[in-house]
Amino acid sequence: MSTTVEKQFETVIGLEVHLQFHTKTKIFCGCANDFGRDPNSHTCPVCLGLPGTLPVLNKVALQYAVKVGLALNCKINPYIKFDRKNYYYPDLPKGYQISQYDLPIAQHGFLMIPTESGPKKIGIFRAHMEEDAGKLIHDGQTQSSLVDYNRTGTPLLEIVSDPDLRSPQEAYDYLQTLKLILQYLDVSDCDMEKGSLRCDANVSLRRCGEKEFGTKAEVKNMNSFRAVKAALEYEELRQSKMILSGERVVQETRLWSEEKGMTFSMRSKEEAHDYRYFPEPDLVPFTLTEKNIDDVRRTLPELPQEKFQRLQSQYEISAYDTQIIIQDPALAAFLEECVAVGGVAVKKVCNWIIGPLQQETNTRKVKFDQLKLAPKNLMDLISKVEGGVVSNLVGKDILKMILDSGKTAEQIIQENGLAQVSDDGTLDKVIDEIISQSDSVVQQIKEGKESALGFLVGQVMKKTQGKANPKKAGELIRRRLSP
Amino acid sequence: MNLNELTAHELLDLIKEKKTSTAEVSQAVVKKIQATDGRIHAFVRTPAIPVSANSGAYSIPIAIKDNLCIAGEEVTCCSQILKGFRPPYDATVINKLKASGVVPLGTTNMDEFAFGSSTENSCYGPTRNPWNLDCVPGGSSGGSAAAVAAHEAIWALGSDTGGSIRQPAAFCGVVGVKPTYGRVSRYGLIAFASSLDQIGPITKDVTDAALLLKIIAGYDEMDSTSANVAVPDYLQALKNDVQGLKIGIPKEFFVDGMDAEVKESMSAVIAVLEKKGAKFIEMSLPHTEYSVATYYIVATAEASSNLARYDGVQYGIRRHPSQARRTPMIDMFEETRDQGFGREAKRRIMLGTYCLSSGYYDAYYLRGQKVRTLIKQDFDQAFKEIDAIIAPTSPTTAFRLGEKTNDPLSMYLSDIYTISANLSGIPAISLPCGFSKTGMPIGLQVMTKPFAEETMFRVAYTYEQNTEWHKRKVNL
Repeated sequence: MSTTVEKQFETVIGLEVHLQFHTKTKIFCGCANDFGRDPNSHTCPVCLGLPGTLPVLNKVALQYAVKVGLALNCKINPYIKFDRKNYYYPDLPKGYQISQYDLPIAQHGFLMIPTESGPKKIGIFRAHMEEDAGKLIHDGQTQSSLVDYNRTGTPLLEIVSDPDLRSPQEAYDYLQTLKLILQYLDVSDCDMEKGSLRCDANVSLRRCGEKEFGTKAEVKNMNSFRAVKAALEYEELRQSKMILSGERVVQETRLWSEEKGMTFSMRSKEEAHDYRYFPEPDLVPFTLTEKNIDDVRRTLPELPQEKFQRLQSQYEISAYDTQIIIQDPALAAFLEECVAVGGVAVKKVCNWIIGPLQQETNTRKVKFDQLKLAPKNLMDLISKVEGGVVSNLVGKDILKMILDSGKTAEQIIQENGLAQVSDDGTLDKVIDEIISQSDSVVQQIKEGKESALGFLVGQVMKKTQGKANPKKAGELIRRRLSP
Repeated sequence: MNLNELTAHELLDLIKEKKTSTAEVSQAVVKKIQATDGRIHAFVRTPAIPVSANSGAYSIPIAIKDNLCIAGEEVTCCSQILKGFRPPYDATVINKLKASGVVPLGTTNMDEFAFGSSTENSCYGPTRNPWNLDCVPGGSSGGSAAAVAAHEAIWALGSDTGGSIRQPAAFCGVVGVKPTYGRVSRYGLIAFASSLDQIGPITKDVTDAALLLKIIAGYDEMDSTSANVAVPDYLQALKNDVQGLKIGIPKEFFVDGMDAEVKESMSAVIAVLEKKGAKFIEMSLPHTEYSVATYYIVATAEASSNLARYDGVQYGIRRHPSQARRTPMIDMFEETRDQGFGREAKRRIMLGTYCLSSGYYDAYYLRGQKVRTLIKQDFDQAFKEIDAIIAPTSPTTAFRLGEKTNDPLSMYLSDIYTISANLSGIPAISLPCGFSKTGMPIGLQVMTKPFAEETMFRVAYTYEQNTEWHKRKVNL
């Protein structure tokens, strides 16, 4: 952030997040809600908007919307009503989008984001259901445009925040917090690159201390949270320069260019559409009962914030570790399953999960819950490492083998003879041999050069292909050479 | 007696007695179409060969209005813009017909997108009234009504948004039913105004209407506006007796502008039904005078949105201007819609767009919806005291072709008695109740509360059984 912005202006940001639900079927028809297929393969007369067809609401999409609303502490509007938003575009087959206008499913909620000065409450203005549009593919060679309607009718929830965010960093943290909640709810892939989560930002500046909002720009076309932050930082600078040079900021839509690192004017709001909203006559409004809403409430999982607090107090693990653990609900669940198996200190389990296990998920490029690993299996492995049966290093190798084969730690140690050699007899023989071949080093040790001891231990490890218990070997060598 | 002149229930009896067959009936119908439809122009698409006999309880061929989807068959709503469109699916009513053995045989003419009361707004040219070829058959289901009246169809399906089944039925001297909103699935009916449209029968008598409604009615999970209410056996409701029924006569309907002959026929109707035990009560529907205005706001608003999908992108015609104006895409939208829609369609799209526009929404659409609620409340209130309401179907008999084409307002007023039933969602039937001195049919309308079609049929059937009007046949 530039210093001028910091000193003179306050940044005001509100975010609009479009979330695609990963329901099995689309919002108003029975087509599979699936991506990456052949163009127009997941379409039917209803989502193609063919004349005479009618929409029927997907009840699961409605449940998801209620779920998100409740998780974001919103008031749920029990009267479910849809409206038509009328505009022309080739990817909009009916010439209108079915959306919710004056009665969104959820309103007046909030979520807490972490800031340097502690948690901050960010208001959720509203969240409403709507259908996604298709995709236009521009073919430069034939100078024509093609339409893929596979995405048409994907259930969307538009989540609009209050203009409570005061910096690009807060916007970034809001998105991270929101995404984690949505992942916990298991309603969406939340993948910005695939477009299952999209974010538009409204940003304006005002002089510090001023009550009125400044003129805002709506920024679109950001493909990652990082891009949202970068675009907002760019806008802060652009708008502050304009204000300082006496220019007026105009209300407009701007597109973020990732390559250029700049935003560009798309269209000004003066020529904005008149969407001519009116109630969708093809969908009869209906009322959710208190019980309907409570039934959804009962399906709410423990949310990240609650989980963070519980894990920390229940297992006495550090805030840092807990923060990492709660980033993936599967990870947290796994930790708790391991703890239930018992036998190892929670801190140690945590280290293994955050360390070697996370590393494996990264190198294998899979999600954590795709790993084949029984909690008991990991716990046995950790016990073996802790009990000195195998070294830490070998333990990590065994972990890889467990993940590859699904075998138990015990099996792998047996089959590959990986147990550390700790019995005096076997080690003594090896040590004898090494000492007899290393006169000069032995001399150094006798003269008190401790570091030379490490060299001999290394030789023992080499000779035993890593199976010797290095601590034990050190002790034996020391005992042998001691006067 | 020619087979094509019989009713469906008469033909079904003959088929049961093995005195005729579905194939013979189809042949008779096709022969009649070939003989007289050149003069009537009830059909826009007729099958080349008669349909073969098919199984099912009610295997009688039927004429279908050109706004109902039949898988693989062209459907256009008699608009240029949909030319060539072949839906890949059957409307729910078509499914139900097929399941009952009823064979779609030919598509009938209509006002473009059902916008009109005369069937003059068709891209295929007008249909003529079989009783007088210089007169309109009414509309918008004029093709279906004329086909049944001319015995070019045994029975037919139409759709009714503001009177589009009942008014042409009245003009053509046949029976037409606008069922309760939600009684019949709209899936596969190309929408005009979604909150008003209903599909219904056009038949030669009340019995056929009851039979056909029984076949097409019922809840459909593809249409969330269809009602999950059991369908009674309407044939059981056909009793020649109205003993103890209280029938209302709304005073607001009997005002200036009603033909003297129409008025006289109403008096005769009352006399017939009183004799059969009905008690008549003069009553009031105080908001009637606002119904036409309300209707033209609500219906055009919905239509403007329903017709937005005709943009040349996916189906129907696509046109490009000879000279580029704006972007190629917008040029294509504009040119396609300019060439594809007729005058009345454009007029209604503009009206509806205006009513929904920001700054006008509250004054028009929102107010219209509020008045609609008041109109509905009038009926709710009335039906606490009475079992049915009778009124003329139309203030006049069929007018001449071209008589009202340059006067849309007077054309709109011909729907004055039928519109209320659509706005309030109640069922209504039109059946013949006399003829003018010039030999044009007059229609009687019977309305009841929602889902009380049984009472509606009972009143209509009783009147029919005690009069001879339905037996009078067109001489072509």
